Amino acid sequence: MDYLSLSAWEIAEKIKNKEISAVEVTKLSIGRAKKLNETINGYITICEEEALKKASEVDAKIASGETLSPLAGVPYAMKDNICTKNILTTCASKMLYNFKPPYDAFVTKRLSDADCVLIGKTNMDEFAMGASNETSYFGPVRNPRNTDCVPGGSSGGSAAVVAADMAFFAIGSDTGGSVRQPASFCGVTGLKPTYGMVSRFGLIAFASSLDQIGPITKNPKDAALVMNIISAHDPMDSTSLDIKRPDYSENLDGDIKGLKIALPKEYFAAASEDVLSRIKDTVSALERLGAVVEEVSLPAADYALAAYYIISSAEASSNLARYDGVKYGFRAENFTDIMDMYRKTRGEGFGKEVKRRIMIGTYALSSGYYDAYYKKALQVRGLVKKSYDEIFEKFDIIASPVYSTTAFKLGEKLSDPVEMYANDLCTVSANIAGVPAISVPCGNGSDNLPIGIQLTGKPFAEDLLIKVANKIHSEGGRN
Amino acid sequence: MRYETVIGIEVHAELSTETKIYCSCKNKFGGEINTHCCPVCTGMPGSLPVLNEKVVDYAIKAGIAMNCEITKNSKQDRKNYFYPDLPKAYQISQFDLPLCHDGKIDIVVDGVRKSIGITRIHIEEDAGKSIHDAVEGKTLLDYNRCGVPLIEIVSEPDMRSSADAREYLDTLKAILEYIGVSDCKMQEGSLRCDVNVSLRPEGQKEFGVRTEMKNVNTFSGAIKGIEFEIKRQKEILENGGIIEQETRRWDDAIGESVPLRSKEEAHDYRYFPEPDLMPIVISDEHIKEIKDSIPELPHVKKQRYINELGLPEYDSGQLTQSKVVADFFEEVMRCGVEAKPASNWIMGDVWGMMNERYLTMETLPFTAQMLAKIIKRIGEGVISNTAAKQVLESMFETSKDPDVIIEELGLKQVNDESAILAIIDEVLKANPSSVEDYKNGKDRVVGFLVGQVMRASKGKANPQTVNQLIIDSLSKL
Repeated sequence: MDYLSLSAWEIAEKIKNKEISAVEVTKLSIGRAKKLNETINGYITICEEEALKKASEVDAKIASGETLSPLAGVPYAMKDNICTKNILTTCASKMLYNFKPPYDAFVTKRLSDADCVLIGKTNMDEFAMGASNETSYFGPVRNPRNTDCVPGGSSGGSAAVVAADMAFFAIGSDTGGSVRQPASFCGVTGLKPTYGMVSRFGLIAFASSLDQIGPITKNPKDAALVMNIISAHDPMDSTSLDIKRPDYSENLDGDIKGLKIALPKEYFAAASEDVLSRIKDTVSALERLGAVVEEVSLPAADYALAAYYIISSAEASSNLARYDGVKYGFRAENFTDIMDMYRKTRGEGFGKEVKRRIMIGTYALSSGYYDAYYKKALQVRGLVKKSYDEIFEKFDIIASPVYSTTAFKLGEKLSDPVEMYANDLCTVSANIAGVPAISVPCGNGSDNLPIGIQLTGKPFAEDLLIKVANKIHSEGGRN
Repeated sequence: MRYETVIGIEVHAELSTETKIYCSCKNKFGGEINTHCCPVCTGMPGSLPVLNEKVVDYAIKAGIAMNCEITKNSKQDRKNYFYPDLPKAYQISQFDLPLCHDGKIDIVVDGVRKSIGITRIHIEEDAGKSIHDAVEGKTLLDYNRCGVPLIEIVSEPDMRSSADAREYLDTLKAILEYIGVSDCKMQEGSLRCDVNVSLRPEGQKEFGVRTEMKNVNTFSGAIKGIEFEIKRQKEILENGGIIEQETRRWDDAIGESVPLRSKEEAHDYRYFPEPDLMPIVISDEHIKEIKDSIPELPHVKKQRYINELGLPEYDSGQLTQSKVVADFFEEVMRCGVEAKPASNWIMGDVWGMMNERYLTMETLPFTAQMLAKIIKRIGEGVISNTAAKQVLESMFETSKDPDVIIEELGLKQVNDESAILAIIDEVLKANPSSVEDYKNGKDRVVGFLVGQVMRASKGKANPQTVNQLIIDSLSKL
């Protein structure tokens, strides 16, 4: 039996039924991960020793008849910007090439407490800045569906290892689409929860007011089960919401009769023909299941993109200032004084894209420019939130493309950052507005590459998004 | 031309909360290097701050004590700059919405009362410390102080002399101490100030160009720094020069301020709202609760000492300058001692002996009750004034109970009339010429004879009794 192609909940049941042990599954996963990593490059670190230790603990619990969590013993991968105690956490940057955090992130701890088995840390765009996973210090990740193509980014490694059965699920982070877009490119499910649903403690910040951790899974049901583990109030994160969370897996198969879906025309303007037709087909399928669909206009969408790049870069310029060579990570050699050490360390330690964003952000916050850029961007943010509120007064969800095309070729867009940025149009607004959004496969393009549909909901509507995504999945969305 | 000095002061006060401002590390001075810190206060990647609400309460308390308006919807901001002792490369502070604003405190200089405006009070985190050349050619870092909560108290440019500044700082310190939000330990750096000084021709309305002086860690340093800066600026102006707007650093060792950076080199701190923390929202009820917890403040207490206890203005000022002193004084009174004797003893012999021994009110080796006992024993006629001073001296050394000391040193006054009469008889016999003088109307020999009796009794005889009995004996002769 091909255990590795099973979903997380399926393998969890087999482990529980003792059809296969957690150690055996872990060994299989790591074996495939190691083998495929030579081409895919999805992992920066594979932590075999720690994984096998954890897996054998799980097996011991099973042997002693303990009640286990629904995903106990399941091997998973963690994006390399989320802290894992004593395991390299590099943010795919030379700056943190040797950084081993002395603590676990909240999500790491939650998953460990739920007996999930961490098998490795996934590759990503450096400090999560990018949409193609080409800015990693550890080299680009390749799309398992076509290795000439990018996997998307910034959680490219997380999406690729799930798509290539190199892990049963993965954790990513999403600041402007970094979970959803790679999920779309690799043909897997990616959820960005409502801001504040998953603690950011231990997530190495890119843009604090936009960052949100989310699951990348083989199907929506797995996403629900992972959310059940990682979504909880955390007093260590002041922005963590202290509200009751539902059981996300409870209502997976409920019907969607009367569900009101909005299609903002701005999000369809740039979409390729393939993307357009797959999304339309999918929406029609939902209509047949009882949903009511209506085209709307969301004029704030265009401004959202500009606001996103100003706010995220401004926050990043401050968040990344601590990487100065003083305390941990990379320190340049041969400096003359402290300023020289800062300059050389940051000059050599950061890649081009990261430096570009730091420059943009520093500029936007500078005295004399603050009002024109940062303050204006915050006003736009308010406007975008308002537009979303207005849509959600009449509709339950917004459906749109995740990205205008399928996965593009490696190197194709790297030389034109502005075009790369412009393509984030469909994904950034969910972060700007703080609302949840999911990407779920809805078919392939003529290039045989996967296409995802994005569903956006009002705050705390993750369970609804997962349910609708599950409908699409059952309708044959996968592949 | 005559110049008027304009001074504004920013005071950074470390708050004495149990834990630090954004993590649960103990907020304690000293300790082994890098032991009072954690991933949060050292800004490790992925760590997040959580605001200690006590810090907000303490700041509001200071604000109310300084007659400020409290900002009900406030927030925190990041102040970005690179320095090795600032591990996140930004300090979490407050920019445009400080917790408290538009207050004032009153000071009295040379008998004249004036108000010094408080522009704002905001909360922020302290940075660590750089240790230069402990290892030759290297700088080491101690992050223990990172995240220690601070309030920055910014005054209006309302001071006109170094004496104003001195009085302002003393008053400010007294208030902070009274309300218990800061230890105000200068030697531990829990109060630090930046001083802004400018001069303008007398009568001119517009302010002159100011300089800011940083790194002033003592009040006396601040005063010296102000005086130095006034002199420096005056010399420049009198020689037809212009003052550069700049930041200077006070060097206490050489007693001079030296240029740190010019206006052009000034930092652009790129303030923006701290996205990791939620806005601070304060209710009216909460403000009232804090207001009700504020004890009697120094200037109110001083007025009460004058009006109700009948103490002179000087005594009242001295006794209320610090809360420890006022508490000590009030405790002595609570034990049944009158205000004036209590004040005299504290300001006189206690402080004299305390200073000789380099002690402070915090390190006195005895309690207020023990001092009260000494004063009461004088009133009861158990010991003389002279003996009381001996008892106090001994108490400074041994911390023993006054009664034990009186017993051990045999200082008990002799009140027994027959014993005293016996001594008087001896003395009169030994000084016939004095007795003769008395008979001839020279009353002043009484003092001499009392002195002789006191000496013969080794100071133990009750002087009043001796005085009376001598007059009785002489008149019977």
